[in-house]
Amino acid sequence: MTTETLQAPVPRTPLQEFWHYFKGNKGAVTGLVFILIVCFMALFADIVAPHSPSDQARDALLLPPAWMDGGNWAYFLGTDDVGRDILSRIIHGARLSLSVGLVAVTASLMIGILMGLVAGYCKGVVDTIIMRVVDIMLAMPSLLLAIAIVAILGPSIVNAALAISIVSLPHYVRLTRAATMAEMSRDYVTSSRVIGASPLRLMFVCILPNCVAPLIVQATLGFSTAILDMAALGFLGLGAQPPTPEWGSMLADALQFVQRAWWVVTFPGLMILLTVLAFNLMGDGLRDALDPKLKQ
Amino acid sequence: MLSFIGRRLLQAMFVLLIISFVSFMIQDKMGDPVRQMVGLSVTLEQREALQQELGLNDPMLIQYGRFLGRAIQGDLGTSYYYKEPTIDVIASRLPATLELSFAALVLVVLLAIPLGVFAAIHPKNILSRAVLLFSTLGLSVPIFIVAVFLMYFFAIEWGLLPSFGRGETTSVFGLWQSGLFNRDGLQHLLLPSLSLAFVLTPIFIRLIRAEMMDVLQSDYIRYAWAKGISAPRIYFIHALKNTMLPVITVGGIQLGTLVAYTILTESIFQWPGMGLLFMDAVTRVDVPLISTYLIFVGVIFVVTNTLVDVVYSLVNPRVRIPGYS
Repeated sequence: MTTETLQAPVPRTPLQEFWHYFKGNKGAVTGLVFILIVCFMALFADIVAPHSPSDQARDALLLPPAWMDGGNWAYFLGTDDVGRDILSRIIHGARLSLSVGLVAVTASLMIGILMGLVAGYCKGVVDTIIMRVVDIMLAMPSLLLAIAIVAILGPSIVNAALAISIVSLPHYVRLTRAATMAEMSRDYVTSSRVIGASPLRLMFVCILPNCVAPLIVQATLGFSTAILDMAALGFLGLGAQPPTPEWGSMLADALQFVQRAWWVVTFPGLMILLTVLAFNLMGDGLRDALDPKLKQ
Repeated sequence: MLSFIGRRLLQAMFVLLIISFVSFMIQDKMGDPVRQMVGLSVTLEQREALQQELGLNDPMLIQYGRFLGRAIQGDLGTSYYYKEPTIDVIASRLPATLELSFAALVLVVLLAIPLGVFAAIHPKNILSRAVLLFSTLGLSVPIFIVAVFLMYFFAIEWGLLPSFGRGETTSVFGLWQSGLFNRDGLQHLLLPSLSLAFVLTPIFIRLIRAEMMDVLQSDYIRYAWAKGISAPRIYFIHALKNTMLPVITVGGIQLGTLVAYTILTESIFQWPGMGLLFMDAVTRVDVPLISTYLIFVGVIFVVTNTLVDVVYSLVNPRVRIPGYS
């Protein structure tokens, strides 16, 4: 009789478990891969891009993409009305879009977590005041509020990022507050409090780590909103100012050439679409993997 | 019920007060009325006398009180560019925006309800998958790209529809310039409202599908099947009613998004509505017009949200209890 030793299955670490669920979602993995590519492009834009984003090739105005008649392989996606390489501008634009997204999401995430934690922890008057402020911010459509903020502060990329982070704040506050209130009634929080943990420790060490999952999901989706809003502001001329290569403003500048040169409009538009789609898909995947309760 | 409505109204008033204060701050921060009135050609003493006369040296709260008093009487300042009361300028552009939003809403309802219900009834069907894919794509595509491509194909490439403006309008009772009553106006309306609808439809398709799938699992639907009620009646009368509950709430919130998106749509199609007016005001730094627009939209938004809440509490009495969720 052979004795086989039965091995108990090694329990997965939380990270492995997350990856196991996440990789089952093909759309989410595709999104992740695309985002990684865009990040790579953004980080190494100077090396990856074949030309400088502001170099004007005077002999190659409105050149079609390389695979079309009259295209030139030196300018893979063609050139715009002053002879700038569209591919290079898109690559450099990725740097801008991603950094604006990163700044906006980080800023509103940090302030939002702080306000949400305080509101959920303190309750009472503080909670009421914070939530009223949030309600008022939600009382205006976010894009309109962003446009208004930029209109007041003056159009620039920094103000646009600021506006986007202000308008996305309410979502983070509400999420953190709801999660904090749910955690506050748990036994482990009560016992830490009995042991004598300070309010700060309770908030940041005990409660916060347990609220992270929905926040990660919201932050990912926040990235896509930030890129969309940024492009919309750029399109209206309220975001990045020319000649900065920004996807939205590239599209707006090229609008008058749409009849003669479809590629100057199509490629920046496609890039916005794909990047936002990638973030949305990844956000969906993250939500399903991190927070199965929310699964649709 | 009355206390619920009272609470909501109080909240709405408070929000409106804050919005008016923010607009007051905008006017205060960005515009120098004295310079607007007399330019740079007067002496410092005269300027100061004028400032005193206009009450610009008073404490801010008193100035705000005056601003509020005038605002309640419908006087929100005079546009620098049009030299007319801002409220009149905006009111003259209101019909265009309202008609555009209304047409977009009709399109959204006509598209989202059948598609969402279909996707919920036949989740495995290839068409439902296509609908779902379309809705994911639609959530990621910026409205200006949709608008540009619709314009490119329908107006430029195929020459089927006009690409900008509002076309012919007819006057209704002398107070409403409407483009809904003639062919030309309707043709002009189609592309802008289609692009607006394109951006909002996906949200509603997803929402209706998810809610409908939930509702179809519930006991009362199973009972209806057992009773032998016909399928269309179950789907479109019994199930759809309960599906629409959350749709009302989200619809109210999305109305604000619709207003924000009219700014983009109107700038692209040169639609002479409030959104285009606002963008022009921003480029001209026409401060009174900017702040009036913000107040105006704020009022519309708060009023509709309050109405939606009240309507919702009528159809779903559970939300009236404070703290219930």
